[in-house]
Amino acid sequence: MNPLLDLLKKDARQSPAELAELLGRDAAAVAQEIAALEADGIIMGYSAILDPERHEPNRVTAMIEVRLSPERGGGFDRTAKRIAAFPQVTSCYLMSGSYDLLVMVEGDDLREVARFVSETLSTMNGILSTATHFQLKTYKAHGILQANETEDKRLPVSP
Amino acid sequence: MSQDPQRHLSKQIQQIPRSGIRDFFELVLGRDDVISLGVGEPDFASPWHIREAAIYSLERGETSYTSNLGLLSLREEIARYVAKHFDLRYDPKSEVLITVGVSEAIDLAFRALLNPGDEVIYHEPCYVSYHPSITLAYGVPVRISALPEDDFSLRAASVEAAITPKTRALMLNFPTNPTGATIARKELEAIAELAVAHDLIVLSDEIYSELRYDDTEHTSIATLPGMKERTIFLHGFSKYFAMTGFRIGYACAPPVLTEAMMKIHQYSMLCAPITSQIAATEALRHGEGPAQEMHQAYTNRRNLLLSRFREAGIPCFAPGGAFYAFPDIRATGMTSQAFAKQLLDEESVACVPGDAFGPTGEGFLRCCYAASTESLREATKRIGRFYQSHL
Repeated sequence: MNPLLDLLKKDARQSPAELAELLGRDAAAVAQEIAALEADGIIMGYSAILDPERHEPNRVTAMIEVRLSPERGGGFDRTAKRIAAFPQVTSCYLMSGSYDLLVMVEGDDLREVARFVSETLSTMNGILSTATHFQLKTYKAHGILQANETEDKRLPVSP
Repeated sequence: MSQDPQRHLSKQIQQIPRSGIRDFFELVLGRDDVISLGVGEPDFASPWHIREAAIYSLERGETSYTSNLGLLSLREEIARYVAKHFDLRYDPKSEVLITVGVSEAIDLAFRALLNPGDEVIYHEPCYVSYHPSITLAYGVPVRISALPEDDFSLRAASVEAAITPKTRALMLNFPTNPTGATIARKELEAIAELAVAHDLIVLSDEIYSELRYDDTEHTSIATLPGMKERTIFLHGFSKYFAMTGFRIGYACAPPVLTEAMMKIHQYSMLCAPITSQIAATEALRHGEGPAQEMHQAYTNRRNLLLSRFREAGIPCFAPGGAFYAFPDIRATGMTSQAFAKQLLDEESVACVPGDAFGPTGEGFLRCCYAASTESLREATKRIGRFYQSHL
């Protein structure tokens, strides 16, 4: 793994100068590498990670298992891309196993998500079935545990 | 007239001065505004899989004694690990002893080896337990200096100059706490030849051996010709696997030495705690990935610390190992103690004065970079400011 990307994944707000100190490199060279990674599309974007329990606690997230019939030539791609393009869909993956797509949907309330599933998703061509699971509580998201570990409990000075 | 309250204490214990670290610890204690670079342990909690294995073992009711040597399954994992990483082969049944930290292993080794008056050569600045452990075992500590001009590495010539007919053992620690110093293979070979020629036992504390930087090589002295039979290889889980509180170390040595150390261990400790031994087994089986991530974090922080010292004009060699930097503060004309105390008072940063680790550490400061990058950034800013204003 690229050590620069490792650091950016942990905290993307570090400046090139700060990153350079951690990497033992020149700040200008680090800035240049970041620009290249962005231009290349390896870095696709930067975003804030919010606590879902406190920021919009009423927002509803559902994971929908979708079974669909593959098309000759295109497989699942065409339908999957159509589903993924809806703004309500936050992630969409082709899966191995007993269903084909895992679609994550967010909405302001239960009704909105339910309407998306019953009126939009289920009625699309090629969709064989859907199974909707509503998220009840977050324990960990984006690699961050909800219940934080205790702060530094070390003795201030030790041999 | 009141009687001396010390009169009940043994001469041995009275000989041992209070640790310089303890004095400093008490100055820092009770202040919650301090950024501390004064610790000697990782800032990471033990990786979760290790903690989870410990919890699961408790759920299964694994709360008994173990063999005095330690769980055979752990000794087998250790033998595999030491073979793979150090190219050393030990029989897990008779040449591996699980101890309560490397500190216990050092105490056991000296007690097993020394007769009153036997001399032990050790290099300083060093970990605080070596000198007292030798004294407690009725040995005579013979101090040699690892010098600033050698980046605190050790020269075979210094060892040679200290050898007398009474020399029984040599204590080595590379990478070194508190300096982060490492030793070149060539120098180690010359030291090994001295050990063979003078029939010395070598205690090699290699607790920091995985934590190396800038492609620094590590050779265990036990791998050199004629050395395995006279080396007590010491290692543990505290640093690389971030398991200080589990208190698990180990000694690998020929059967006669292992058996002798075990004799003391069985009557003083009986065995290391089983929960910790199970956690250590898990660390060796599945811990390489998480440990490497921590190592990467130390690498970044070391870069940060060294670059900040450079910017502030504080001389500091690039230490090849451990998680300490040992900057040179002699240009201020202050003693290490005065510098550290004033730095604490004026800037609320705690670093350990170098002389707490031996007289050669005078004029230096131990800064541990096992701390968050935010803490390191703020601490180095304050240290730089303090240093500049006291030049």
